[in-house]
Amino acid sequence: MPERPDRNAIEVRGVSKIFGTGESQVAALDDVSVSIRENEFFTLLGPSGCGKTTLLRLIAGFDFPTNGQILLHGDDIALLPPYKRPVNTVFQSYALFPHMTVAGNIAFGLEMLGKPKAEIEARVAAMLKLVKMEALRDRRTSQISGGQQQRVALARALAPQPKVLLLDEPLSALDYKLRKEMQIELKRLQHETGITFIFVTHDQEEALTMSDRIAVMSAGKILQVGSPRDIYDRPAERFVADFIGESNFLDAAIVSSASGRATVRLASGAELAATLPEGFQPKDRVTVVVRPEQARLVREGGAVTGILENVVYFGTDTHFHVRPDTGGEFIVRQQNSRSGDAGFARGDRIGVAIGEDAAQVLKD
Amino acid sequence: MASAAEIAEKAERDDIRNRWLLTTPAIAIIFLAGIGPLLVVVLYSFLTPGPYGDVKWEFSTGAWVGVFLQRDIFEGTLGIADAHLSIFLRSVWLSFATTILTLIFGFPTAYFIATRSEKTQALWLFLITIPFWTNLLIRTFAVQEVIRNEGLLNSFLVWSGIVSAPVQILYTDWAIALGMIYVYLPLMVLPLYASMEKLDFRLVEAGYDLYATRFKVLTRIVIPLVKPGVIAGSILVFIPSLGAYVTPRVLGGGKQMMLGNLIELQFGAGRNWPLGAALALTLTVIVTVALLFYVRYVAAPERRNG
Amino acid sequence: MARTFAIKRQPGFATIAMICIALLYIPIFTLVVYAFNEGNSVAIWKGFSLRWFHAAWNNDKVVDASIRSVRIASVAALIATVAATMAALATTRTKPYRGLTFKYAFINQPLMIPEIVTAVALLIVFARVKVATGYSGLGYLIAAHTAFCIPFAYLPIRARLESMDLTLETAAADLYAKPWKVFTRVTLPLLWPGIIAGLMLAFVISLDDVVITEFVKSGGQDTLPTYMLGQLRRVVTPEMNAISTVFLAISILIVTVFFFISRRRT
Repeated sequence: MPERPDRNAIEVRGVSKIFGTGESQVAALDDVSVSIRENEFFTLLGPSGCGKTTLLRLIAGFDFPTNGQILLHGDDIALLPPYKRPVNTVFQSYALFPHMTVAGNIAFGLEMLGKPKAEIEARVAAMLKLVKMEALRDRRTSQISGGQQQRVALARALAPQPKVLLLDEPLSALDYKLRKEMQIELKRLQHETGITFIFVTHDQEEALTMSDRIAVMSAGKILQVGSPRDIYDRPAERFVADFIGESNFLDAAIVSSASGRATVRLASGAELAATLPEGFQPKDRVTVVVRPEQARLVREGGAVTGILENVVYFGTDTHFHVRPDTGGEFIVRQQNSRSGDAGFARGDRIGVAIGEDAAQVLKD
Repeated sequence: MASAAEIAEKAERDDIRNRWLLTTPAIAIIFLAGIGPLLVVVLYSFLTPGPYGDVKWEFSTGAWVGVFLQRDIFEGTLGIADAHLSIFLRSVWLSFATTILTLIFGFPTAYFIATRSEKTQALWLFLITIPFWTNLLIRTFAVQEVIRNEGLLNSFLVWSGIVSAPVQILYTDWAIALGMIYVYLPLMVLPLYASMEKLDFRLVEAGYDLYATRFKVLTRIVIPLVKPGVIAGSILVFIPSLGAYVTPRVLGGGKQMMLGNLIELQFGAGRNWPLGAALALTLTVIVTVALLFYVRYVAAPERRNG
Repeated sequence: MARTFAIKRQPGFATIAMICIALLYIPIFTLVVYAFNEGNSVAIWKGFSLRWFHAAWNNDKVVDASIRSVRIASVAALIATVAATMAALATTRTKPYRGLTFKYAFINQPLMIPEIVTAVALLIVFARVKVATGYSGLGYLIAAHTAFCIPFAYLPIRARLESMDLTLETAAADLYAKPWKVFTRVTLPLLWPGIIAGLMLAFVISLDDVVITEFVKSGGQDTLPTYMLGQLRRVVTPEMNAISTVFLAISILIVTVFFFISRRRT
């Protein structure tokens, strides 16, 4: 069968995973379905306990689903033991074998597959080159730094040329600078090897910068799947908007709607244009999300009016905390210029202007 | 094809079965040369002594009566078994004294070790561990040499003029107590150290910050926090002390007996195996009660607190 | 300059610690020193000599007992370690299951019953078995030693297993290792230090045993400790010190190795 670029590498169909029995049952995954395409960098994003690691473990074969199927290139692998799946994992703790050298670790999977010695040698050398670790091949894994261990873990998982590489928060143990480096390195490796990566993280920034597509998870469910831009600019649900980036939420009612656009009326009485997902009727009470950088402070007018309560300087930009007359809080973020501040001071009466394409109606 | 739930269930059943198979050799050996024989002891304690040791297969509660009571040979009346009672009391008293004294010496030692730098701690721990793993008999023998009339202790006492002639220490209760303290001191220090090592000294700092004196910090902060170690050490010393056999035999010279020696006597010269069995079970019961106390009040709560 | 306040210090504790160490070592040092005494006494120093080491070396009973001790300890420690390793694998790294507490209690039973009680229990049972079977070899001693060595061998092996990272085995399975390969290539190599520590602990414990051996042994089956116990009833010569010193040296050697193995972190 010829390879189709849009072919699915992994298809998760109606998978549930229930831990415990009787009273103490917990559904870690609740009827999850998602398709991950060939050669894509796919990220499972969510807070701890949302089920993202459970899903990864089910794909790896360390746990088995209570219900549902997991297809790898069309074959159900849900009940196969891990050593029969052409899928490898980079563990959060790296899980490097402390009694073996760097090269020994990388060779392990190939040895287990019974590859000939010469092939193993060549493959190990190639992997060491790929992760730029040739010089440390005979070191013990306890004698190398965290970043180097990370590279060995990657090389070890890539060596057997898996169909899919699973990465379980692999960067969380690294410090900020190294993490940034490894993010780029990971993208490069994915590009060079052409292997499908499934990456688990709770770091939204990491997810946005690295992924082709992101699945946002919460409480055992996938809430939204889409490109980073989709997820950020067109969040489908309040949780997604809240979890990714900063958000202002406004109560509103739909006045009129047409082909994905709507006019909504805010509590202040002001009317606003917003993007509208399907499934809403005029007069529906809804929540509207506005990103802080999509709003602007004005002396007069504005969709929201109130008192400027606090001004927080962040170097690149300044956050203005506004207390609207209708209650709640609204944050506006404006880029700083060197010549001087924006001229707004605490206690000022101000308005917030919201642009034509800034607001999005949410499913609640 | 089997469902996921069935596969998981089967895997769990297989796992538990394998775990039982793996434990079988250990359980079999300990049953054959430990628990099984112990059950036979229970049986023997209800039989009649044979004329030349061993038993006659006749049911009797005589042994158990004999643990606490004795028949007066001349009048045929039952009275408290004075000899047994005094040995019981001596055993309990000596074990208790040993526990308290090892605690008094062991606590500061463990604290001192726990407050050293990591490297020094390892060295001190090593120094404590060596006697711990040295043959008990050799250590008892070493004590015997020090406290005998011509030994180091008496030589020092005479030389310094504290006494004019050597004092008889060997073959007295003092000798047994000294020997047991010496032999069991490491057993006190090690668990104490284990719990002091985990002590968070920021709590001590907080104590000083809130105007506590050194003494108050010790009694109000350190001791309550290392209490599990204190109880563990005390149990670890008390239990073997109570069942001590070698130390009283060597240092008590066969005259000052403890429970262990009394039990042995019934299987040797006493030729009363049922009584020996009953005495052994009595000792086991006391030890078990002490252990249950430990498990209930120390081990279990500690585990709960993580 | 004023002395700064030492947070961790408690007055007098250092002194007591020094006294403790001194008290622990003075008798042992005295014992060792008199092993090199030229004279017949363990109290009066007559000059340096190795004559008592020679005497012990040429004493058939001592040599016999030593060889017997080592033989029993080797076999018992080996069997105990194998049984303990299997038991440790079966009782760690799992959620609690029915019978787990029972297993813990069973395996640790020899630690919880006073030795003298086990000794008389074995005396009673083995006396009958000896009569019934006519066999009176070292088997009884080896069986008894194996039983009480198991909990000691179990201790470090279990500790090692519990500190081992389960994800290493998961990683091996992920890298195509079948369960048996996971065990031989990952679990066992990582467990080795624990097994060696358990083996040595069991060996020392068996070597040291007096009470159970004293009750279980048949005529002419003295081990070194029971031989020494018998000798202590008589007038002691520095020969005893010499034997003790060699014994001590071996124990220290084993403990030192044990100490370094169990301290080594991977």
